[in-house]
Amino acid sequence: MRESARRSLCVLAAVALGATACAAGEERERLHVFAAASLTDVFTGLAEGFEDAHPGTEVTLNFAGSGDLAVQITSGAPADVFAAADTATMARVAGEGGVDPAWAAEHGERGAVFATNTLRIAVPPNNPAGVGGLADLAEEDVAVALCAEEVPCGAASRTATDAAGVEVTPVTYEEDVRAVLTKVELGEVDAGLVYATDVAAAGDRVRGLEFPEADTAVNAYPIAVLAGAADPGLAAAWVDLVRSEAGRDALAAAGFGAP
Amino acid sequence: MRSGRSPWILVLPALTGLALLVLPLTGLVVRAPWSTMGERLGDPAVLTALGLSLSTATAATACSLLLGVPLAWLLARTEFPGRRLVRALVTVPLVMPPVVGGVALLLVLGRNGILGRHLDAWFGVTVPFTPAAVVLAQVFVAMPFLVISVEGALRGADRRYEEAAATLGASRAAVFTRVTLPMVLPGVGAGAALCWARALGEFGATITFAGNFPGTTQTMPLAVYVAMRHDPEAAVVLSLILLLVCLAVLAALRERWTNT
Repeated sequence: MRESARRSLCVLAAVALGATACAAGEERERLHVFAAASLTDVFTGLAEGFEDAHPGTEVTLNFAGSGDLAVQITSGAPADVFAAADTATMARVAGEGGVDPAWAAEHGERGAVFATNTLRIAVPPNNPAGVGGLADLAEEDVAVALCAEEVPCGAASRTATDAAGVEVTPVTYEEDVRAVLTKVELGEVDAGLVYATDVAAAGDRVRGLEFPEADTAVNAYPIAVLAGAADPGLAAAWVDLVRSEAGRDALAAAGFGAP
Repeated sequence: MRSGRSPWILVLPALTGLALLVLPLTGLVVRAPWSTMGERLGDPAVLTALGLSLSTATAATACSLLLGVPLAWLLARTEFPGRRLVRALVTVPLVMPPVVGGVALLLVLGRNGILGRHLDAWFGVTVPFTPAAVVLAQVFVAMPFLVISVEGALRGADRRYEEAAATLGASRAAVFTRVTLPMVLPGVGAGAALCWARALGEFGATITFAGNFPGTTQTMPLAVYVAMRHDPEAAVVLSLILLLVCLAVLAALRERWTNT
């Protein structure tokens, strides 16, 4: 009844004001999720289920580097949820009043950690240099690719090698973790340090070796409802989905660790 | 040239075009933290990257001259089947995103590449992650500029001089070095300058094929890119240094070659 009443009002409005007036009333509710690029596959999968569970909602996903997203959010981009690849970036957004205060009161000012990512030694499937652990990367005849120390994976690699007490001189400092992975996939280097999620994404094109020192450089992924959220309830529902059993399963399948 | 008022139909688009090219540079100059310029110029890491950039770009230009001028001559002065296709192939690196060019170079000359595999097995030579790889990447993206401008110059040159030299008994090689080359020298100079500038700014193919290691393969554009990730101000300063050096060298050469 109410729907039909609204529709007839709309028709009236359309007659009076022109057809554009109707468009606003029929628009579906949009949820803007800003997420670190490494979450692309997982969040794209979760969005389908979310849209089915919340009819009339459309999830708009914006994937980029966490730092770039933080700049967009603090510059006023329309964002409802932010999932960052490191706690420092989320802390920066929170520091500028970017996190929804009501949500923060319940879940923490700097977001809730929903996943972790750890380093792996990626080697070509046949492991030509016979790499078994971090110490092998220091061997002179082993060609290694690392992330540049200016980018997060490079800082993590540094922490891990320092913890192991090995000094690795790579043949190249790559600009991001995917570039390291590519060099390993092509067999141009004997080993590279990448994240577990990158190994999972590469399938059987690379082998990932776990190593104990990886525990010193675990990357935590925090998520938060943002202060600018158009519908904080809906945004919180997305966060709950990510932290639910289904969300955790999807994250685990992509190589993420539990928080 | 007749003096008088220039037609606005040419001046207006010319000025708009100029603005489009110069405005981004203005942004860079205005935003640059000039006070830190001297400090950065004294930074050994910056000087290493700058030195590597200048030497590799010069080596790449020398290679391009050695290979590209004969290639341009072949395209402009000889008839062979598939010439149009060859000319189109020469322009492929211009169209291809440089990163793709870098991957293509890896697939051919990398350790597991089609040719690189044998280089490694027979001679123990691996090309990627060496300064030679930087030069190769630069030649790949920059040589087409040289070939196209030299070919254009050759097509524009008056062939009657070459024919006269030939009827007087000069061999084809002598005609090329004594008549053709001096005639198209301005075109070669312009092509070499373009090629050098493009090589100096090369980024995508270099970082993909040669990697990024300070002192060996980290050229200025790579240093700029890495700096951008954590210290954008430093990146602006580094870009300006590269730009100023490039402009200074090109201006000096232009003065020399063309006396204008």
